[in-house]
Amino acid sequence: MSREIIFGQYEATDSVLHRLDPRVKLLGVLLYSALIFFCSHVLTFTFSGVMLLLLIALSGVSVGKLAKSLRPVLAILLVSVSFTVLFTGGNQILFRWGIIQISVQGLLLAAKISVRIFLLILMSELLTLTTRPTDIADGLEKACHFLTKAGVPVHEIAMMLTIALRFIPVLSGESDKLIRAQRARGADFESCGLIEKGKKLLPLFIPLVVSAVRRSVDLANAMEARCYRGGAGRTKMKPLHYEKRDYAAYGVLMMYAAVMILMEILIK
Amino acid sequence: MKKLVQIKNLVHRYIDQNENGDIVDEYCAVDNVSLEVEPGQFIGILGHNGSGKSTLARHINALLSPTEGVVLVNGRNTASEEELWEIRRTAGMVFQNPDNQLVSTIVEEDVGFGPENLGLPVDDIWSRVEAALEGVHMQIYRECAVNRLSGGQKQRVAIAGVLAMKPACIILDEPTAMLDPKGRSEVLEVLWELNRREKITIILITHHMEEVTQADRIFVMEQGKLALSGTPETVFCEENDKFLKDIGLEVTAPMEISLRLKKRGLDLQTQYTEDALLAELGRILRGNVVNGNGVTESSLRNHERDESVKSGAGGNENILSDEKPVLKFSDVSFFYGNSHIKSGEFAKPAVDRVSFEIRAGEFIGIIGATGSGKSTLVQMMNGLNEASSGEIFFWGQKSGSELKSADLCKKIGLVFQYPEYQLFAETVLEDVTYGPGNLGYSRSDAEKLAKEALSMVGLGIQTYELSPFALSGGEKRRTAIAGVLAMKPEVLILDEPTAGLDPAGRTEIFALLHRLQRERHTTIITISHSMEDMAEHAGRLMVMSRGKLAAFGAPAEIFGDFDKLAEWGLMPPVSARLSAEFARKYGKKIPVCATMEELVDELTGEWSEDRKQGKYGEQSEKTGGEYS
Repeated sequence: MSREIIFGQYEATDSVLHRLDPRVKLLGVLLYSALIFFCSHVLTFTFSGVMLLLLIALSGVSVGKLAKSLRPVLAILLVSVSFTVLFTGGNQILFRWGIIQISVQGLLLAAKISVRIFLLILMSELLTLTTRPTDIADGLEKACHFLTKAGVPVHEIAMMLTIALRFIPVLSGESDKLIRAQRARGADFESCGLIEKGKKLLPLFIPLVVSAVRRSVDLANAMEARCYRGGAGRTKMKPLHYEKRDYAAYGVLMMYAAVMILMEILIK
Repeated sequence: MKKLVQIKNLVHRYIDQNENGDIVDEYCAVDNVSLEVEPGQFIGILGHNGSGKSTLARHINALLSPTEGVVLVNGRNTASEEELWEIRRTAGMVFQNPDNQLVSTIVEEDVGFGPENLGLPVDDIWSRVEAALEGVHMQIYRECAVNRLSGGQKQRVAIAGVLAMKPACIILDEPTAMLDPKGRSEVLEVLWELNRREKITIILITHHMEEVTQADRIFVMEQGKLALSGTPETVFCEENDKFLKDIGLEVTAPMEISLRLKKRGLDLQTQYTEDALLAELGRILRGNVVNGNGVTESSLRNHERDESVKSGAGGNENILSDEKPVLKFSDVSFFYGNSHIKSGEFAKPAVDRVSFEIRAGEFIGIIGATGSGKSTLVQMMNGLNEASSGEIFFWGQKSGSELKSADLCKKIGLVFQYPEYQLFAETVLEDVTYGPGNLGYSRSDAEKLAKEALSMVGLGIQTYELSPFALSGGEKRRTAIAGVLAMKPEVLILDEPTAGLDPAGRTEIFALLHRLQRERHTTIITISHSMEDMAEHAGRLMVMSRGKLAAFGAPAEIFGDFDKLAEWGLMPPVSARLSAEFARKYGKKIPVCATMEELVDELTGEWSEDRKQGKYGEQSEKTGGEYS
């Protein structure tokens, strides 16, 4: 009610990146991440960075929004960087105090880690900015369809994902209301002590669970009433099929991978 | 004609089993019901909460299978597994809670969910989605996110989702219970259109009597049994008035008015729709029949009663104008998301420079269209929302600086909408004790307050140790209200306290509020979408419109200006509409009446006036405009 929480942050502009099949994008992000971890040279990093910049330019998403998404991970980044800097040994020690030592190797490693994390986050951010959450679920379902044979309930998992996406704003609105309602009954949620806090949260937690259960019973009824009976025999309103641009994108992706691997090998 | 739905001797028993599988409790939700529905009919099913009407509905959709008896939909037996999907496709179902029945985040994808389940080819799905969205006039929202829609729009999407499966029949289980008047009329309009144009059979379950006055047939459920059935004329007749009220329902407002007029001695045929009542009033104006002394005597008696009712409801007359206001807003605004203002972006205030004073012991109603800022406003009253600008005073103390929000919470109780969803404790008593416990009362004192509050809302000692989740809907609501009452607030604010309750539940709540006002001298402030209730119970009304306080005054004043009401997105109460129409149609000079009682008074006055002046029939109609 007061603040609308939009899960996922899909930006409804239109670009080639928006129109790509979600499977391409999923594989792209996967491959990109793998290669980022595999490569270790300034050149390959630069190349990956340039790729990312190109994609951002192509997607037309606002840079401000992208930058904002980095804010919550800054803390984690800072911690991991400082740990790496302070505790990595090496032969070129610049500073030492007890077990704490700062070495050139440590600094280099920290730089690498932060570049990796930055690139990874920006890339996955780009995925969620250009792809609807439901499309991601659809893409996952279809891409992982082969797992059905191995007994993995792929359709069910994708359906759960879709429903979760649908209900996150509903439940977050509800918890907001509950906090206000219990505060109106004199509740104080800002108290110290973990156990104390846990106890204080019961008046929020229990109604929220009760409501989630009630909603899911309702939803199950509604789905059954609309003839839902699992994935078998079900068709798709927006079936995924590859277009020319998707094949082209796969091509670009392969080229990128090849260049990365080649560079890495040649440099060594 | 072939029957679409045939129910023969249906019995449905819910069985409670303990961990060992032994039957602990058996409860007959539907008890030997037989009924038939013909294709193309509009059916209304009435009943109070827990009368078995929802269980009955779930049988027609084959969500439940009969304990005994047979349910046939288009000749198919709901007990047979193979027919299940065809039955569910033929008899689609729409549920009460608009949020809990939409599966996808995007409108068109949700509408396509049913056809997808039927395994239709892609092109078919799209053409059906298109047609279905058109059927409920939601085409322009097709790519919209579901959670951005209003309640009425969500229900229309739910209806479209059923339509896309090309059903012969749609069953709707209290689809309007959680909607505001606008949403309700949107949904009803769509249903009538589908029934008339597409010949789709509609089975509408409701406890709003006005929604089914045009139905082909009405079934009334009571304790699992079919208590009444027939056309609206036969169900809403004088003889059934007492019965309907006894089982927690009511008659329509025009019917209630005609019954009261009759009691005052007017010889008229009772009518259950506004148009018919107006026509009937016109008829007896011409024929003019009054029952001897019946008028003066009974109306006198009623007048005495009115006075008591009025002082109970409004009570403003007794209040001295120089008394200090309990609550005072001066030029108060509220913005959501302060960051917007800082960054210089344009932000619309949710509450826009509102000023008013409320005196102790008043009964204030707050009305306004959805999104007009009502809820934001009341949450500022008890400090949950901090005013962005302006000043709020409680007994002259400034909220914020002199009075912390935690202290304000003790003095000003706020009952949220659907407060029963906040219940959490293991027992009723414990839940109600939570509030006073938080205020720092000792365990025994808190319990004492809780018990007082529970007896105030009419819940006895036998409920103390029950789980709040085991109570009925109305009892849960009252337990939740007791949870706030136990804190002994001087001002009690309620956000739509009667939403979703059946007529009996609504009456109980208002009786409780009047009792509080009388016995504890509590100031009552309540938000409501029911203009009738507000006209009946509130002493003064606040009208919120687009964040502004558009008007603040007596109900008669507020409801007198229909143009203003329309501008605020509100409908006049039935009595106001009827009195205005009566005045216009028959050239009578009666004021716009906010409540039924006033209207009945005016109308009986009209007739006794006629009798005194010897102006009868045609004559009075012609000269009606001249005398005052």
